[in-house]
Amino acid sequence: MAETILVIVEQREGKLNRVSWETITAGQAIAAQTGWTLDAAVVGSGVASVASEVAAKKVAKVYAVESARLEPYTPDAFAHGLQEFLGKHPAKLVLMPHTYQVRDFVPKLATALQTTAISDVIGYKYEGGNLLFTRQMFQGKFVADVSFAGSGPCFVTFQNGSFRADKVEAGAAAAPVETVNVDIPDGVVRNHPQEVFKEAKQAVDLTQAEIIVSVGRGIKEEKNIVLAKQLADALGGELAASRPICDNGWLPMDRQVGSSGQTVAPKLYLALGISGAIQHLVGMKGSRSIVAINKDSEAPIFEIADVAVVGNLFDIVPPLIEEVKKAKG
Amino acid sequence: MRILVCLKQVPQKDAPLKLNDAGTWIREDITYEVNEPDAFALETALRQKEKHTGEVVVITAGPTRASQVLREALAKGADRAIHLEDDAFVGLDAYNTARAIAAAIKDEKFDLIFTGLQSDDYGYAQTGVILAEILGLPHATIIMQIEKNDDGIRVKRELEAGFFQYVDMPLPAVLTIQSGIDKLRYATLIGIKQAKNKPMRKVTMAEVQSAVGANLQKIEKLYLPQKSKNTEFLEGPPAEVAKKLVEKLKNELRVI
Repeated sequence: MAETILVIVEQREGKLNRVSWETITAGQAIAAQTGWTLDAAVVGSGVASVASEVAAKKVAKVYAVESARLEPYTPDAFAHGLQEFLGKHPAKLVLMPHTYQVRDFVPKLATALQTTAISDVIGYKYEGGNLLFTRQMFQGKFVADVSFAGSGPCFVTFQNGSFRADKVEAGAAAAPVETVNVDIPDGVVRNHPQEVFKEAKQAVDLTQAEIIVSVGRGIKEEKNIVLAKQLADALGGELAASRPICDNGWLPMDRQVGSSGQTVAPKLYLALGISGAIQHLVGMKGSRSIVAINKDSEAPIFEIADVAVVGNLFDIVPPLIEEVKKAKG
Repeated sequence: MRILVCLKQVPQKDAPLKLNDAGTWIREDITYEVNEPDAFALETALRQKEKHTGEVVVITAGPTRASQVLREALAKGADRAIHLEDDAFVGLDAYNTARAIAAAIKDEKFDLIFTGLQSDDYGYAQTGVILAEILGLPHATIIMQIEKNDDGIRVKRELEAGFFQYVDMPLPAVLTIQSGIDKLRYATLIGIKQAKNKPMRKVTMAEVQSAVGANLQKIEKLYLPQKSKNTEFLEGPPAEVAKKLVEKLKNELRVI
């Protein structure tokens, strides 16, 4: 019997999170190689329109997993609802994007089903009838091929940008949509989430910047930030930072690039003293060109850099500012 | 408040990592430190204790060397420590690590259990949530702030792209803590002295073996990432590198 691959797409307030298309692309690729059936599911309350949006893609079936208790999102309701759903509609492989929401409930769901989630996966291999999932280790310094040893289902969450959303295949005809009402009894949901909010109006929109000079731990002290600022000014770009710099209060949070900050894709991303932790890379790896200056030749940032300088940024940035000024006349 | 903080010892941030001969793990002859978000979890726990009184207990699972992170935590103000001590703990997946921790604390009662939001080595971001499920407790992840109230706690969750959310939840609960939540303290000289007399309970693998099963996910191979880009390395004295780089920015990347 053909096995089933289930992609659980993410929606918020009735809108599909676009990163879900990447997961469907991954599901379509795995389905094509294994010959397994690809289904999709949308979880929430009143998600029929998202389900029909997904049904236009090349999938066998789309489930709308519904309960009034699935809105607003809580890990208790999602884990409970999906456990019930997967009991009725078993899948061998359950794929999801590695979003903060998924990270919040998947380990709970997998544990309740006495299985495991292979998290933050960047690719897969299908060799001799076995699926291997590739994930980063040691902050991206290594990658590992991971096999699944349980009796299933195997949960896999994909890192943003690992598959192309624009490669998702449309279906020949709309796939059937089936609504599955799940029962979430009183007392299951213990958390009471309040409204989602933004801290302050973001003063800086880094997504519009064509040139970004970004600083990481390598800048060492707050007083050195000015050096990066001078370079950004000389280039006519915006100043940004990795998380630790903003945590220290050296730059405001709205200048943070990465999974918890802004996602940017400028023409030039110049990384100063940034090692390239996964959480940072997901926020900038779509940049058209990446220049990295770092003293550690094995820093993961160099894996994705177009131009790399291994050296002390305090030696290189001052003459660089002068050269930029000269070139600009 | 009685708070348990799960700490993990991981390779130091800029430690040069090399593969072992089998290509399944790193060579262990390097320096280690406490996983960064775990250090923030400890800091937050100590601040909660200062505010509401109570006890902070720290726990780790790892080889003998891992006791270092417990001693540091005791020196910073934790009251006692639990060390699941065995080389084999390093190789457990998140599910089994959580099961081992749950077994080690089965006779204890905590109001709050903290972990860091993820580890710098495996990066699963799962152990805390799994532990909550095993213990039957509610959880919240990526926490930036904790306020105790009459019914339990109100926590501030970080969401993506600059969004946040407050969540009210009952106690006991498990929270995974984000880096940067508070400013980290240093151990004082007195703290370091006092730490020597604080209790550290050792738990062997044999004591928790019955709770631990086979890993459900297995690392078949560990290797260096294959480069997806042809990176050009600029070399030479700084002035020369600066010149080459600007030429590139101007003529090839066309951003000047």
